[in-house]
Amino acid sequence: MRHMGFDATEIERRAAAMRRDILKMIALAGSGHPGGSLSATDILAVLYFGEVVRHRPSEPTWERRDRFILSKGHAAPVLYAALAHAGYFEVSELATLRSFGSRLQGHPDSRKLPGVEVATGSLGQGLSIAAGMAYGLAVSGQSEQDEQDERVPGDPVSPSAQQVFVLLGDGELQEGQVWEAAMFAAHQRLGNLVAIVDNNNLQIDGALEDVVGLGDISAKFTAFGWRALEVDGHNITQLKQAFDEASAHTDGPVVVVAHTVKGKGVSFMENQCGWHGKAPSDEQCDRALAELETDAKAATEPPVGAAREEVRL
Amino acid sequence: MSEKKATRAAYGETLVELLAEGVDVYAVDADLAGSTTSAKLREASAARHINVGIAEQNMIGVAAGLSLTGKTVFTGSFAVFGTGRVYDQIRNTVCYAGLDVKIAPTHSGISVGPDGGSHQMIEDLALMRVLPNMRVLVPADYLSAKAAIRIAARTPGPFYIRMGRSNVPQIYPDAEGFALGSARVLRSGDDVTIVACGIEVPLALEAAERLAAEKGIQAEVIDVFSLKPLDAKTILRSASKTGFVITAEEHSVIGGLGAAVAEVLAEHPDVLRKPLGRIGVQDRFGTSGGFDELFREYGLDAQAIYELVVQ
Repeated sequence: MRHMGFDATEIERRAAAMRRDILKMIALAGSGHPGGSLSATDILAVLYFGEVVRHRPSEPTWERRDRFILSKGHAAPVLYAALAHAGYFEVSELATLRSFGSRLQGHPDSRKLPGVEVATGSLGQGLSIAAGMAYGLAVSGQSEQDEQDERVPGDPVSPSAQQVFVLLGDGELQEGQVWEAAMFAAHQRLGNLVAIVDNNNLQIDGALEDVVGLGDISAKFTAFGWRALEVDGHNITQLKQAFDEASAHTDGPVVVVAHTVKGKGVSFMENQCGWHGKAPSDEQCDRALAELETDAKAATEPPVGAAREEVRL
Repeated sequence: MSEKKATRAAYGETLVELLAEGVDVYAVDADLAGSTTSAKLREASAARHINVGIAEQNMIGVAAGLSLTGKTVFTGSFAVFGTGRVYDQIRNTVCYAGLDVKIAPTHSGISVGPDGGSHQMIEDLALMRVLPNMRVLVPADYLSAKAAIRIAARTPGPFYIRMGRSNVPQIYPDAEGFALGSARVLRSGDDVTIVACGIEVPLALEAAERLAAEKGIQAEVIDVFSLKPLDAKTILRSASKTGFVITAEEHSVIGGLGAAVAEVLAEHPDVLRKPLGRIGVQDRFGTSGGFDELFREYGLDAQAIYELVVQ
C-alpha cells in the first residue's frame, strides 16, 4: 500500500532539479554549503516526495503533520529546495538565499520561513528537539478515541502517532549532546522517531577518520538501544524502503545510516571537503549545472507529494 | 513574620496547580527533580515530568521539542547547569526560535552555601538578560515565585525564572499584583532608593529599617521582580525623588541588576546626585560556607547595604 504512487524515476528527477537549484542559489548568494546539501539531496527528495513525511504545504502548521528537522542546519539549501518544490513557496524565492531581508536565512529560521519546524545551525541539537517532539506527539497525538489517555513513559508508541524525522551529519555526531539524546530516545522507546545520518565521511577540516573517527555508527546507535538500518544514501528505492521500515517499527527509535558522497552529482565537488562551505564561481556553477542538466529535464510537473497524505493516513 | 520558605518550594507546587487549571504543562529535569521540587508534577502526572538524567543539553532540546508540539514546558536543574552549561541550547534553540520554554532552575547564587563556588551561580542574570526574546523574572520570596511561574506559564515565549535553595523570609501576603515589566515599591522614602532583587529584597528592607531607626534616613525599597523587561519608569521616578540609588543583588555586579539599573541611569545622567552604588559579588567566584558568613564575606548582607548608604 505504501508504495502506491511511488515512482523512483520521478524522485530521481526531482532530486536532480533540487541539486540544480542548490547550486544556483549558493552561486547567487556567493556563500553557503554545497557539499553537505548535495550529499543529502536524495534523502530529502525521498522524505518530501516519496510519501514518507505527511505534510501539507498549503497548511504548514497542519496539526496532524509529521515533522522533519534538519539538524545539520548548514545544509539549508537542500531544505529550501525541497520546501520550494513541495510548494511551500515559489521556487523563484530560492534566489534570495542569504540576502538581506530574505526568509531564506543562512541557516534555517523557523520564525521566518513556513515549513521549517525549528531553527537549527548550532550542531548537535536536532536529535534532542526531535526526541522532545516525538515524546509530545506520542503523548497527545494518538488516535481520536485514546487522545485523553496519557502515555506512560516507556509504553510503546501508538502506530498512529505522528512521526518525527531528523537528519544529522556524520561530523555532527561528534557533539556529545547527540548521544545524550540517543540515550534518552531509546530509554523512552520513542517509536515515532527516525534519525537519518548523512554519512559522507567528511567534515570541514578533513576526513572524519583523520579528525575524530566515529567507528561503526550503526553499532554505536545499536549499543544505545536503537534499531539501525544502513542504505546507499543515493539509492531512492533503498531510502524509501528504509524509511518505510523505520516508520513501521514503533517499538523504539530507528536510525537510518545513509552512506553518501559529499558534493554528490557534481564531479569536481564529490568527496572534496573543500566544497563544504564554499560557493561555486559562475563558471563552476555552469559546469555543474551542465552535468545535472540531463537528469533534471523531466522534473517540472507538480510535486508528486500532492496526494501523499491520503496514501499514508 | 511568618515562617521562612525557599523560592524553589513554589516550583513543583505551582506546576501542579497550573495543570489542574488546564495548562498543558510539562517539566523536564536532569536528575535533580527532588531538589528543584519538579518531582511534584510527576506525582500528579507521570507523563508530564520527564527526567533526562544527567544531560542538561538534552534537557533543553527535549523541552524545545515538546514546546513545538504545543506544550508549555519548564526546565529545571541547578542554575549553574541549567543556564551556563546550556547557554548555546538556550540561545540558538529556545530564544532564536522564540519557543515556549521556561528556564526555571533552582539553587542560584551563593546562598547554595556549602556546595561551594562550582555550584554557586552568580552570572546567570547576565547570561539570560542579554538574550533577545528572553524575559527574566527574579522572585524575592515563595509567593512571588509562584507569581513568576504563573506569569511565565501564561505568557508565550522564553522566560528565565531565578530561584534559590535557601529558606527566605516571606515578604508578600499573597501572589497577587505581580506583572511582567513591573517593579514593586515595598517601602517609601525620600532619601535614598534601594533597588533589589531576589534574596536581597528582605535584606534591603532590613537595612532600610535600621537606617530609619539609627540614622533617620528614609530609604525607598524597590523589588525589581521583572529584571527584563525592567520597570525603568518606577526606578527613575524614585531616583528623581531621592537622587541616590544603590542596587542589591546576589549576583555578580557585572551584567545583572546593577548593570541593568546603571544602563537606565546612564541614559538619564541628571537624575543622580551621587554615583550609583552596587551591592553584589565583586567579580569573584563563591566559596563553601553558611548563609550568614557568605553574605558577610561577599558584602551582600543588610549590614553591607546599610554601610553603603551611610557612606
